[in-house]
Amino acid sequence: MELGIYTFGDLKAHPLTGERESTHARLLRLIELAKTADRAGLDVIALGEHHRKDYVISAPEVVLGSMAAVTTRIRLSTSVTVLSTQDPVRVYQQFATIDQISGGRAEIMAGRGAFVESFPLFGYHLDDYEELFDEKIRLLLELRDNEVVTWQGRLRPSLDGALISPRAFQDRLPVWIGVGGTPQSAVRAGALGTPMFMSFFQGPDSGRRLVDLYHRAAASAGHDPGSLKTASGGHLYISRKSQTARDEYYPYYSDYFTQLPQFARGMPREVFEQWVDSGLIVGSPQEVIDKILRHREILGVDRYVGQIEVGSLPGELVNASLELFAEEVAPVLRRETAVTPNPT
Amino acid sequence: MSGGERIERTIGILGAGKLGTVLARLATAAGYRVLIAGSGAVDRIALIVEVMAPDAIATTAEGVVAEADVVILAAPLGKVRSLPLDALSGAGAIVVDATNYWWPVDGILPDFEQAELSSSEIVRNLMPGARLVKTFNHMGYHELDTEARPAGHPDRKALAIASDDPTALMIVAEVVDAMGFDTIDAGALAEGVRFEPGTSAFGATASRVALLTMLEAGDSPAVARGRMSR
Ligand SMILES: NC(=O)c1ccc[n+]([C@@H]2O[C@H](COP(=O)([O-])OP(=O)(O)OC[C@H]3O[C@@H](n4cnc5c(N)ncnc54)[C@H](OP(=O)(O)O)[C@@H]3O)[C@@H](O)[C@H]2O)c1
Repeated sequence: MELGIYTFGDLKAHPLTGERESTHARLLRLIELAKTADRAGLDVIALGEHHRKDYVISAPEVVLGSMAAVTTRIRLSTSVTVLSTQDPVRVYQQFATIDQISGGRAEIMAGRGAFVESFPLFGYHLDDYEELFDEKIRLLLELRDNEVVTWQGRLRPSLDGALISPRAFQDRLPVWIGVGGTPQSAVRAGALGTPMFMSFFQGPDSGRRLVDLYHRAAASAGHDPGSLKTASGGHLYISRKSQTARDEYYPYYSDYFTQLPQFARGMPREVFEQWVDSGLIVGSPQEVIDKILRHREILGVDRYVGQIEVGSLPGELVNASLELFAEEVAPVLRRETAVTPNPT
Repeated sequence: MSGGERIERTIGILGAGKLGTVLARLATAAGYRVLIAGSGAVDRIALIVEVMAPDAIATTAEGVVAEADVVILAAPLGKVRSLPLDALSGAGAIVVDATNYWWPVDGILPDFEQAELSSSEIVRNLMPGARLVKTFNHMGYHELDTEARPAGHPDRKALAIASDDPTALMIVAEVVDAMGFDTIDAGALAEGVRFEPGTSAFGATASRVALLTMLEAGDSPAVARGRMSR
């Protein structure tokens, strides 16, 4: 199975000292992260898109372009591209450019995103939330598959024999759909025959039905089951010992979640322990191997990507966790999953 | 969940998303007849219902309201005005409000920025004839899915419940119990503020005793609502 990492480029003040890294230093550190992951032989690095103060990446295409120039093997993707509020033509052009620079290593993962800041920012209406994504993902796939496109929709001006240039380096630039748990999104990915990514805060069990929906929607749309692909992900933290991993990670994890209404006062330790026990991937290398294998067993995923940075988790801890992932977890997982699973 | 004897009641669910499909599964497991609808035509959700809640019946929103004894609102609050409000109000239906003012997805909804009313009171004012009960809103869909337990189970979790209509509250409490959770009567609908986003009870997957303590913490989101770091 393929293994990789993703990050939103968190830029959060340290909960105790209140210090915040400079945007400049943070971006350079991201590019270093890509170099390290590339050298360590991971298959993919993906970047989120946010338009909030606590994240440094609002333009993942630009950061991926820089990463393309200093890496050699690793695939460069997003997690996710908030397609609803972008122009698919521009998205395709940018990723085709990254694909050319990197010699065919670019991917797009389109999604609706967990936040909605980009709607007012780019002049879109939340009332069109569903329709915007639906229309734009279809257009993006058209652009990916055809150099000259004639298209008509409701929310974007029509294209009449428009030339889409440059073309990607790969014959078909991979376009994934990221799904957060909404059944309709899994149906859409299946119906369009795109690969599907699912992220989990806790165990992968709730994904079982989403994968089933995905495969059934794909079958009824006539897509070849062999062409379908799935991936899973979620927060990832590894330390030498199980207890150390929990203790090191908890304060930053709790602080990170204060941005969500249900944890406005921080995540209680019992909740954290409950999440870890029920599948949040935090632990020793062996525990992490077992947990990722559960994703594989339950969902039949072809790829796992771990969210390696969160909130103000310090760079040293991120790097140590990444090193364990690449050197102790990944080799075992590759060996154990060398045979393709039968998705259930 | 409770014993398996068939309860002759039809539960309707408006919303076939993350929450709606989990509630449909819990309600069918409890032995209820369950009708579920999305915002559009039946064929849009047929496959979803077949996979996510195979014993529930996919129909339209109007169909749900016409037939159900208890209607659960499981659509985003931003879509509340697209619900069949007149039918909900006119029939004097028992309506369970499982929604939250969830700014990360709903954006800013001016209607729900009024800090002096609980979000469920604002919903009730949109369907004045309905007998509105607030519950299910403060636990995540993943927890609702995995934490349902039969009555008396030592690990059973609790849900807060509030209403201005004591009979409706009792009926819904019975439904919640059959679906696998204890309830704590938090009082009138106005008390719903004690388990809205921003309170300690919100997001809690806790036993009756633990939830009671959180509800009594007395924090209200009046400060938090509409003003959290966003
Ligand atoms: N997710 C949770 O863990 C959770 C927990 C407790 C409470 N809640 C609350 O429950 C509500 C739903 O959340 P969710 O996470 O389930 O959202 P979701 O996954 O986006 O699903 C929303 C559903 O509502 C449907 N809908 C929209 N307008 C409708 C209408 N007029 N009539 C009938 N159905 C309509 C949508 O159908 P279409 O796709 O056909 O438009 C969709 O199936 C929110 O208020 C949320 O705050 C959520």
